[in-house]
Amino acid sequence: MAIDSDVLVIGGGIAGISSALAARQAGADVRLVSEAETTLHHASGLLDVLGYHPNAAGEGPVVDPFDAIADLPDSHPYAIVGESAVRDGLALLDDALGEAYQGSYTDANALVPTHGGTVKPTARYPASVAAGLASDDREMVLVDFERLTGFDAGVAADHLAAAGIPADTSAATVEFPIVVRDDAKVTRYAHLLDENPTVTVEGRERRVRAALADAIEPHVGDAERVGFPAVLGVDHPAEIRAELQDRLDAAIFEVPMGPPSVPGLRLEDRLYAALDDAGGRIEAGGGPIVGFDATEGTISEVYLDRSGSPIPYAADQYVLATGDVAGGGIDSDREGVTEPIFGCHVPHPTDRYEWFDEAAFGDHDFAEFGVVIDEMLRPVAETGDPEFSNLRAAGAVIGGYDYPAEKSASGVSIATGYAAGRQAAREA
Amino acid sequence: MNNTPHVVVVGGGSTGVGIARDAAMRGFEVTLVEKGNLTHGTTGRMHGLLHSGGRYAVSDQESARECIEENMILREIATHCVEDTGGLFVKRPEDTEEYYQEKLEGLRACSIPATELTAAEARAREPYLAKDIDKAIEVPDGAIDPFRLCVANAKSAQNHGARVETFSEVTDLLVEDGEIVGVEVTHESGSGNHVHGVEGAVEEIRADHVVNAAGAWTGELAAMADIDVEVRPSKGVMTIMNVRQVDTVINRCKPKGDADIVVPHETTAILGTTDEEVSDPAEYPEEQWEVDLMIEELGKLVPILEDARTIRSFWGVRPLYEPPDTGTDDPTDITRQFFLLDHDERDDRPGMTTIVGGKLTTYRLMAEQLVDHLAEKFGIEAACRTAEEPLPGSEDEGAIEAAMNEFGLRSPIGKRSAERLGSRTADVLDTDEPNPVVCGCEAVTRAEVQDAIEESGSNLNAVRIRTRASMGNCQGGFCSHRMANELHPDYDERQARTALDELYQERWKGQRHALWGEQLGQAMITYAMHALTMNRDRDPAATEDSLDFGAFDAGPSTEARTTADESAGIATDGGEEGTHGD
Repeated sequence: MAIDSDVLVIGGGIAGISSALAARQAGADVRLVSEAETTLHHASGLLDVLGYHPNAAGEGPVVDPFDAIADLPDSHPYAIVGESAVRDGLALLDDALGEAYQGSYTDANALVPTHGGTVKPTARYPASVAAGLASDDREMVLVDFERLTGFDAGVAADHLAAAGIPADTSAATVEFPIVVRDDAKVTRYAHLLDENPTVTVEGRERRVRAALADAIEPHVGDAERVGFPAVLGVDHPAEIRAELQDRLDAAIFEVPMGPPSVPGLRLEDRLYAALDDAGGRIEAGGGPIVGFDATEGTISEVYLDRSGSPIPYAADQYVLATGDVAGGGIDSDREGVTEPIFGCHVPHPTDRYEWFDEAAFGDHDFAEFGVVIDEMLRPVAETGDPEFSNLRAAGAVIGGYDYPAEKSASGVSIATGYAAGRQAAREA
Repeated sequence: MNNTPHVVVVGGGSTGVGIARDAAMRGFEVTLVEKGNLTHGTTGRMHGLLHSGGRYAVSDQESARECIEENMILREIATHCVEDTGGLFVKRPEDTEEYYQEKLEGLRACSIPATELTAAEARAREPYLAKDIDKAIEVPDGAIDPFRLCVANAKSAQNHGARVETFSEVTDLLVEDGEIVGVEVTHESGSGNHVHGVEGAVEEIRADHVVNAAGAWTGELAAMADIDVEVRPSKGVMTIMNVRQVDTVINRCKPKGDADIVVPHETTAILGTTDEEVSDPAEYPEEQWEVDLMIEELGKLVPILEDARTIRSFWGVRPLYEPPDTGTDDPTDITRQFFLLDHDERDDRPGMTTIVGGKLTTYRLMAEQLVDHLAEKFGIEAACRTAEEPLPGSEDEGAIEAAMNEFGLRSPIGKRSAERLGSRTADVLDTDEPNPVVCGCEAVTRAEVQDAIEESGSNLNAVRIRTRASMGNCQGGFCSHRMANELHPDYDERQARTALDELYQERWKGQRHALWGEQLGQAMITYAMHALTMNRDRDPAATEDSLDFGAFDAGPSTEARTTADESAGIATDGGEEGTHGD
């Protein structure tokens, strides 16, 4: 007997969760299956929509990403689902994330300082990032920790100044109050701030957060805001920021980092909690999909590997949200590029030396590898006909757009996930 | 008048640094100039084989004898650059017994220790060898790190008073009355270490003798004094695997051919190679068929290579030379011997000697003979000591053990640091500061990166060749920006950014030849981290136009400050978990 649902979503990233939430919202019985670790761990935790026009190298960032959708080529996923799906999808995520995310009160993009030191346009950002936006003219001091090699406050402060942000920037390096291992992960710092244990500093018993504030305080000066690498707690971020804000008398913000990314982990936790609350069934940490049955172009079952045994999962509708070449949703070898679960058509040049550009940040074909979808989001064969009547694609498994260049990764996942989930629920 | 003869050595490859070291040790005043990083040319683009001589034992026994002698010397003087992997010549059923016997006889004739192994014995040693091999011959091949070797030679030369200038290209030879009297050098960023953003300078360096050790660029340099030296550059591909499938050098036991060797090197295995004559040593096609050939052909020796992950490919150019009128058509037939050309004798153009040809394994011998020649010219009687005196990092065999004990370096990270640093381990790692790992793939710590920056300036590719940082699986995706952060505050943000851009592009260059399967996924992750997350591809700091920051969202707190009252702290915090207690 197969495990049954109306809608089966394959993939646990933002696209998969958005699909599942949308399908649940539309009343379907939804199950989401995913492998061990999603790429959310790598992602910065920002929810972008569109930061730059594709094919407009040299142009500055887009101010209003919704406005820009009308100018996109017809093949772009946003053009296929339309502006309303982008807005509705974001609204669904806004509801799921509540006050933990900001940016919904305006259509304008925000420019967020990145750990590389420049700024990145995004439509939504974690509340922890809000006080750090580059358009805010309050003086900032950036803080880094001696042992954390991924973020150098001095480099970031000078880089932000070079980018011309309207705020004065300065930097300070401090020792984290508890000597962590020289090569401790960012999550170790986050957990110490969550737990807030007592440490002895110069003969005084202090809690970690208080001791950290003590170390930073001499560097704050006239600055009205203090920026940290994004390690301010996995479980209690707001509480940690509030305490540091009180002690330092300055607004506190995080500079997103990655990977591993603490804001990405928080986002993952919140989205899974929202899906759970909405009544979606989640099977994370399962094995890969190893096969499927289909008759006359309709999928009847897929098989999920569990400790070497194929377990059948049946559904009326399927959503493929397995990601791109980075996430394993698209596979390749020296001969060509494939979609490994259902064998959907993935257009690509036959010569693999045409898959990339000579320049590291050039126009890479591989960044756009993915399935081609029709207006119903169904992957289509080379002929243009749907591969299967009941399979839709969502997120980066869809090809035809270069999300690192456009800064559109989350937005496309949310919009296509929303559209695919809703349509799947309607037909289930 | 200074009575110490001044020698300018042109070329910072293994030959050039070897000469600089030897000459400086014998009392010459030495200046070495190199147009790029040390190892910029062929040295930095070789497969890392410390030849036993076995590969030449049939076709070129003189080279073979030189190799085995130098092999034994380098094991003594460059212990921290050499890994004693041993090597095998593996015979497949389609390889002739006749050649196998010739190989065996050649090895013995050249005094190269050789042991015959049955197929079972060979496979017991290297389990991934193909099941259908016939037999193998064991020889003392090894792996050598050309970067570490060159840096150690340069450091030793400096310790003996030599001046070493990188990113300093010879733009002219100074010729007076038919004699070469020095070089005109254009420093990319002033003299001393390479530092981004420092204005370049032209310097005339007068010398009593110029040594042309410019490798593939030998002909170009000679032409500046109207001397004709025809180097015949021949390219070869090397493909790097993500792990070591073998721990022994694996050679195919057949006459010369493409794709016949696998060299284990640090965490990787390097497949090689091809041999194709090119017209320009700087501009030549890097072709897909060459990469495919490596995998398919060497898969016959080590079948798992067929499905394994490659992380990049690179090409090197052999600066082959043959005396005029030899007329060899096929580059694989051109001798691997080296030649010493005194242009006074050869071209009636005194003041310069060229050394060309040869191979990394014999770099020290080449340097010795060249400096013998100079010593005779200038009446210097000091004998060569480079065969006995260990290189910096290899001075004290016990030093590694001692340093590992002293620094508690029993962890895998410390062990790898100590292997790279050799007897310098204690000096480099003896820091009171925290010493986090900067490059996770290769386990390179901050202290090593800082040591390399101190030695080489703001150039991260120079840091890379000294430390191996960014040379592992992720090819700099996770660590290149961390390396750049280490430049600050000694160097400013702009310099750090430029250095990062250069390193990132250099790492991309080789990965392009490995873009399928897992490595394509890795490349996408790297692209997403650097473009999507960091926005390094559309960095407003890198453009002329200023950004209208006022048009963008300035945050809810700014909204609140401008639209509501100014009371402190409102809405800066989302309040997502309620209030805090203190």
